[in-house]
Amino acid sequence: MTMHSGAKRSLLIAIVVAVALAPLLEWIVKTHSGNYFNGYYLGVLIDIAINIILAVSLNLINGHTGQFSLGHAGFMAVGGYTAAKLTLSLQAAVPVWAQPILFSAALLLGGLAAAVIGLGVGAPSLRLRGDYLAIVTLGFGEIIRVVFQTTDFFGAATGLPAIANWTNFAWAWSLAAVTVFVVACLVNSTYGRGFIATHDDEVAASAMGVNPVRYKVTAFVIGAFFAGIAGGLFAHHKRFLSPTSFDFMKSIDIVVMVILGGMGRTPGVIAAAIILTVLPEALRTFAEYRMIVYSLLIIGLMILRPQGLFTIGKGRTAKV
Amino acid sequence: MTRALLQLENVTIRFGGLTAVSKLDFHLGDQELVGLIGPNGAGKTTVFNLITGVYQPTEGSIQFRGEPTGCLKPHELARRGIARTFQNIRLFPSLTVFDNVRAALQLHREHGIQNALWRGKHFRESEKSVEAQVMELLEIFSLGRVRDEDATSLPYGDQRRLEIVRALATKPKLLCLDEPAAGMNPTEKVELMRLIRFIQEKFQISILLVEHDMKVVMGICQRIGVLDYGIKIAEGTPEEIQKNSKVIEAYLGTEEQLEAEC
Amino acid sequence: MELFFQQLINGLALGAIYALIALGYTMVYGVLRFINFAHSDVLMLGAFAAYFLAPGIAKVLPPHSFASALLITILAAAICAIIGILIERLAYRPLRNRPKLTVLITAIGVSLFIEFTCQHKAVFRSETRRFPELLPINDYHFGGLVVNSNDIVVLVTTIILLAAMWFIVQHTKTGTAMRAVAFNMQAASLMGIDVNRIVSFTFGLGSALAAIAGILYAMKAPGIDPLMGIQPGLRAFIAAVLGGIGNLPGAALGGIVLGVVETFAGGIPGLSNYRDGIAFAMLIGILIFRPAGLLGKATVEKV
Repeated sequence: MTMHSGAKRSLLIAIVVAVALAPLLEWIVKTHSGNYFNGYYLGVLIDIAINIILAVSLNLINGHTGQFSLGHAGFMAVGGYTAAKLTLSLQAAVPVWAQPILFSAALLLGGLAAAVIGLGVGAPSLRLRGDYLAIVTLGFGEIIRVVFQTTDFFGAATGLPAIANWTNFAWAWSLAAVTVFVVACLVNSTYGRGFIATHDDEVAASAMGVNPVRYKVTAFVIGAFFAGIAGGLFAHHKRFLSPTSFDFMKSIDIVVMVILGGMGRTPGVIAAAIILTVLPEALRTFAEYRMIVYSLLIIGLMILRPQGLFTIGKGRTAKV
Repeated sequence: MTRALLQLENVTIRFGGLTAVSKLDFHLGDQELVGLIGPNGAGKTTVFNLITGVYQPTEGSIQFRGEPTGCLKPHELARRGIARTFQNIRLFPSLTVFDNVRAALQLHREHGIQNALWRGKHFRESEKSVEAQVMELLEIFSLGRVRDEDATSLPYGDQRRLEIVRALATKPKLLCLDEPAAGMNPTEKVELMRLIRFIQEKFQISILLVEHDMKVVMGICQRIGVLDYGIKIAEGTPEEIQKNSKVIEAYLGTEEQLEAEC
Repeated sequence: MELFFQQLINGLALGAIYALIALGYTMVYGVLRFINFAHSDVLMLGAFAAYFLAPGIAKVLPPHSFASALLITILAAAICAIIGILIERLAYRPLRNRPKLTVLITAIGVSLFIEFTCQHKAVFRSETRRFPELLPINDYHFGGLVVNSNDIVVLVTTIILLAAMWFIVQHTKTGTAMRAVAFNMQAASLMGIDVNRIVSFTFGLGSALAAIAGILYAMKAPGIDPLMGIQPGLRAFIAAVLGGIGNLPGAALGGIVLGVVETFAGGIPGLSNYRDGIAFAMLIGILIFRPAGLLGKATVEKV
C-alpha cells in the first residue's frame, strides 16, 4: 500500500509517454484521417483525460475525505474562464514559442483562482454535514454559474468564443497523471491517513489530534485547484465557453464517475471516468434514449451497487 | 501534593434547563490511576467530554498541566497530551489495524503535505520511523500479526485493545478510558484490568477511568470519585468508597443491587 | 408606496406557491430524512395532468367554471399522489436504511429520469405548451393597485391547504402516526404503526400538494414544459431549508419570505439579473449562520 520512491518515477514515465504519444497521434490523424483514427477520436481521448482530472480530484473530497460536494463544475468554470480570459487577452502579444508558457501560466492561474474560490466556499460551509453540505455546494456551484452568466466581462450568456486550441494529448494526459500522482501521494502517507480518518469518524479523528476542519478545507482546496486546471484544459480544447457547460448536470456527471468507480478508489474512479466519457459517445446514435438510460443507471447503481462497480468487498460508501 | 496534571474547579455545565454536572472539583496527579464512577445518567460521560474538549463548561475552569483548556478543541487537547477511547468503540472502519494507529501518529510525524508530495529522503525516513513506532506499539499489545486486517473485522476484545493502542499512539500524558469494560465478560474484564495496570506502568502516564463496572474500578484505581446526578458525592480510596453509605444509596439503595451490577 | 404594495402582493402570490411545494419537501424530509429531488418533477407532472385533463372535463362541465377547475385539480392531484407513492415504492424503499447520500443521489437519478423521459418525443416533447385557462382571469383595481384574480386564487388555495395540512398532521390519527415516524421510525414501528403505509401516505400527500402547486404555477406562467418544475422546485426546497426543514409552519414561512425577497430584489435594476443567485445566497447564509433554519431546532451530535 505504501508507495515511496516508485511514485515519482511512475509520474515521470506517464508524462514522457503522454508527451511522446502526442505527436504520433497527431501524425496519424493528419495522414490517416477518416480511416480508423481521426480527430474526433483524439478529441475523445482528451475528454477522457479532462474527466479523469475532474473525477480523481472530486474523489479526494468525496471519496477520501467524505465531504459530499455537488458543485465541482463551479470550480471547473472558475478555472476555465480565468484561463481563457488570460490567453484571449495575451495570445496576440505572445510569440509562438512562448505560447506553451502562456498556456501553463493560464492553467496554473485558473487552478489557483478555483482554489481561492474553493477556500472561500469550503471554510464556512464545511462545518455542515452530509446532505446539507451537498446542497450548499450545489448552491455555490449555481451561484458561480449565474455570476458568469450575467457578467459581460466573461461574455455573459453568450459565452467566450474563439479560445486558442492549445489543449492537446500531451497537456491533457500529463496533467491527468499529475492529478493522480498528487492525490495518491497525499492520501498514501501518514499525513494523508488524516483525510480518511476524517472521512470515517470526525469525532474520533479529532480526539486523535487530527484537525478535521483543516483536512476538509485542504481536500476541498486541492480538489478545486485541479477542477480549475481541468476547466482551463476544457476551455482550450472546446475553444468555446458557455455557462451552460458548467451547470448542475456537469457536477452530477462527475459525482456519478466517483460513485461508479467506488468512493476513495482511484483506479476504479479512473476506469469510471473513461467509461462514462466513451459510453455517451458510443451511444450517439441512440441520443434520444441516452439520458434516460443514464438516469436509470444512476438509480440502479445506487440500489444494487452503492459501493461502486469495481469494488470487491464492502468498500467505502457515502457516509451519514 | 505536587501540582495536579488535571484540575477541575467548580465545573458546571447546563444543557438548556438541565444541569448535567454541578460545581465539580476533581483532580488527577502525575501517573495516577483514578476512577470516576456513578450510576447511569450520573454525568460521567459528560465529565469525560468536558475534559476532552467535546463540551465547554458553562461555569468553572479546567486546567491541564497548569494551562486552562478553555475553548480548546479536542484535537488541540490531543496535541497537549490528552487521549481518549470511546464508550461505543469508534475505530476508523475503512483503515487497517496498522493505519488506525498510523492515523493517530499525526502529532508525531515529521513530514507535512509538501514532503508527502515530494517523496524525498526526509519523507521516507519519517515514514520509516512512523512505521517502527506503530509496529512497536502493536507488538506490545500483540496486535502485530493482524496489522493488515480491517480494524472493524477484529474480535470485540481486540477492537477495544486497538482503540487503546490508537490513543497511546498520540503519546499522551493523560489517557481517558470511557467504559472500557462495557460489553465484556468476566474473563475479559480481568484481562482488561491487567492491561490497564500494565499500561500505566509501562508508559508512565495518568489514567482516568470512567466506568460503570464497580469490580473493575475497585480492583485497579488508586482513588475514586463518585458522581450522582451531576454532583460529586464521594471521593477516596476504593476501601473508603466501598464503605461510604452515600455511594451505596446512590447505587439504588440496596447491596443486592450492587452485587447484581457486578 | 403603491409600487411597494404591488410588489408585496406579487411576492406573496409567488411565495404562496413556493410554500405549497416546500410543504412536500419538508414532509418527506421530516419522515425519511432525505431530500426528494423528484418532487419538482411531480409538480411538472401535475401541470401536465391538468393540461391533458382540461379538454376532457370541458365536455362534462362548462369550461372556466369553478367546478371544472376544482375537478381538474383534484384529479391531477390524485394522479400525482399515485405517481409519488410509486416513486417511493420503487426507488426509495429499497434504500430505506442506506446512507442518506445514497438516497440523495437516487433521488437525483429519479428526477433526471422523469425529466428526460418527459422530454422524449413520444412523451411530452421538450417544447413549451400554452396552459389552458382554468378560470377566467380578471384584474381588480384597488386604488392604484392591480390584483390579478389568479393571485387571489393562489393565496386562498394556499391558506386553505396549509390549514388542512396543519389539521391532518396535528389532529388526525394518521398525522399523529406521521409525527411518530418522523421522531423515531423504529420506535414507531414497535408501537404498531405501519411505517410503510405512513411513508406512502406522506409521499401521496406531498405529491398531491405538488400537483396543485404545479397547476397554480402554470396558471401564472407563460406556458408549461417538462423542465418547468426545476426552478420553482429548487426555490421551494430552499424555502423549506430556510424555514427549518422538517417543520411545516417553517416551510410556509420560508416560502413566503423567499417569494417576497425575490420579487423585491427582482425590482431593483442592478440585482434583477442575479435573481437565480439570490435564493441560493439566502440558502447559504441561513445554513452557515443558522443551519436549523428560522423555525427549526438545533441538534447536537452525541458522543
